[in-house]
Amino acid sequence: MAEVSVRKVVKEYDGGVQAVKGIDLEIADHEFVVLVGPSGCGKSTTLRMIAGLEEITGGEIWIGGDVVNDVPPRDRDIAMVFQNYALYPHMSVFDNMAFGLKLRKFPKDEIKRRVDEAARILDIGMLLERKPRALSGGQRQRVAMGRAIVRNPKVFLFDEPLSNLDAKLRVQMRTEIKKVHQTVKTTTVYVTHDQIEAMTLADRVVVMNHGIIEQVGTPQELYHNPTSRFVAGFIGSPAMNFLPCRIEEAGGGGLFVQSGSNLRIPIPAARTARYAPHKNKEMVFGIRPEHLVERREVGKAGFEPVELLVDVVEPMGMETMVHFFVDGAPVCARIDPATHAAPEEMLALTADMNQMHIMEKDSGKVV
Amino acid sequence: MSASTQANSLHRQRQWALYGSYAALAVFVIIFLVPPFYTIITSLKSSAEISAQDGSPWMVKNPSLENFWYLITYSNFQTYYLNSVMITAVTVVVSMVISVLAAFSLSRMGFWGSGVLSTVVFLTYLVPPSLLFIPLFQIVGSLGLINSVWCLILLYPTLAVPFCTWIMIGYFSSIPKELDEAALIDGANYIQILTKIFIPVAMPGIIAATIFAFTVAWGAFLYPLAYLYTSNQMVLTVGIISDLIRGDVFQWGKIMAACLLASLPPIVIYACLMDYYVAGLTAGATKG
Repeated sequence: MAEVSVRKVVKEYDGGVQAVKGIDLEIADHEFVVLVGPSGCGKSTTLRMIAGLEEITGGEIWIGGDVVNDVPPRDRDIAMVFQNYALYPHMSVFDNMAFGLKLRKFPKDEIKRRVDEAARILDIGMLLERKPRALSGGQRQRVAMGRAIVRNPKVFLFDEPLSNLDAKLRVQMRTEIKKVHQTVKTTTVYVTHDQIEAMTLADRVVVMNHGIIEQVGTPQELYHNPTSRFVAGFIGSPAMNFLPCRIEEAGGGGLFVQSGSNLRIPIPAARTARYAPHKNKEMVFGIRPEHLVERREVGKAGFEPVELLVDVVEPMGMETMVHFFVDGAPVCARIDPATHAAPEEMLALTADMNQMHIMEKDSGKVV
Repeated sequence: MSASTQANSLHRQRQWALYGSYAALAVFVIIFLVPPFYTIITSLKSSAEISAQDGSPWMVKNPSLENFWYLITYSNFQTYYLNSVMITAVTVVVSMVISVLAAFSLSRMGFWGSGVLSTVVFLTYLVPPSLLFIPLFQIVGSLGLINSVWCLILLYPTLAVPFCTWIMIGYFSSIPKELDEAALIDGANYIQILTKIFIPVAMPGIIAATIFAFTVAWGAFLYPLAYLYTSNQMVLTVGIISDLIRGDVFQWGKIMAACLLASLPPIVIYACLMDYYVAGLTAGATKG
């Protein structure tokens, strides 16, 4: 097991396109780090550079205290799980899992012991004689993980391993991956574009965009304290609502958010000092759908009444999404399924302004 | 138009399409199967029966295996057969080794110019052998290999390798890149990736290419006709006509029997490996 260090790493393709633009990332021993971001953000390229499958244009990658820039993948002591499983189709499950050990000339007894142990952890003992084509998607992904586990490598690398699975199986496998990490505790770098996967699995999440790291933090940090509009919008489902606004002064030293002509919400006293320097500037007001709830608890500090015209109601069972438009900008609220919200009617809501965010309009920086 | 009338009309259209397909197939079956049928019938006749004016040429009055027995015990025919088998076996092995290695490096190693080289490999296949045999005669002559089976062993791979490589490039390209990456991370080197992953996974393609190389070497006529002239070096394709046609005397029964015996290995190989052959060619066609 080992720590991984990515220092000023650049990846430039022919033609000068930079996929990764000088990123720095320190991953501790035993840590589970998830790289998340939209397509083309450089997360998979970063993972592949750690694996040694892509050459590095600049910077250094360290694994277990050694620079591995010029070390071939087989000598990096890593194991990788691919999105499409990459199981050897002509080999049985046992042979797939044993392949790396056989190449490294492990004794037969040891190979069998390790494969059996991995099969026990992943509950695939009864599949060992089958060929990959006789397995379901979830079973194939387990075998791919088994192939990684048997090697007992320094680092596990996962490249969107659940993307090919259906929604239900994805949730199940997510739990299993977490369970496996709790058991084997190998340092793990995991790439996904699914922020829920990132939030549920990671010790720390690395949000990437356009080849740079936007923010690194625990899931809770990213959720509650995003540093940019991109992170605020990317983390959380449904995404945070963004409304163009101005911070304006109310009587008595207080501030309020003025969005369009109709929406005017007081800012909690605890935040006035923080937002005062941005008075009368064009800013962006952000609030998550879960912080817009049906009217209750008004009177508590920071809980402010808001009334909006309902556009669409989406009952989802355990919750209901209600969509509105505020001066042309879409707004979503996540409310109790027992709501009486109906389209074209006004709905009385409470905005938890203690959870609000204000961002600079141009840079997107959270202030 | 009601739903049931529409369904009836579709059913009728489908039936007519089927009748049309069967009619077209029947024409093709007749065109392709009449020659082999005539070959079999004639090979079972004696020379007297073949030259007799009465009776139908499509019927056998006194079937006999006399022509086959003659050929099997005829030492020249045995030599032709052995030469053909030996040349074909060596050609297939040499062509496949070169093709598989070339296709692997062209499809997977990603070196500078590999894309252009792949196209050039295929283009060489498009040059007709009939254009090449005269310049090749000079080369083979300068190597002192005229009238030697070794000249065919040297030349046949030049005919087989381009197409075999093309088939294999197509097949290897259809193997997901992640498979070699997984093997690289598992600790394999490129030779191990080729032998332990690519060759087993691409076996249908390899079989298709092998059958092609076999067909090229077994059925070639022009090169042996141009470069071989003594019976101890001769192969089946040319040996049969040069030995069994004496002046203007055609020994039709023996010629037909020899054709059948010569067709036996390809028929057996095709029959056993047809499914792989079709799968291999399809992969090459769509991914190449």
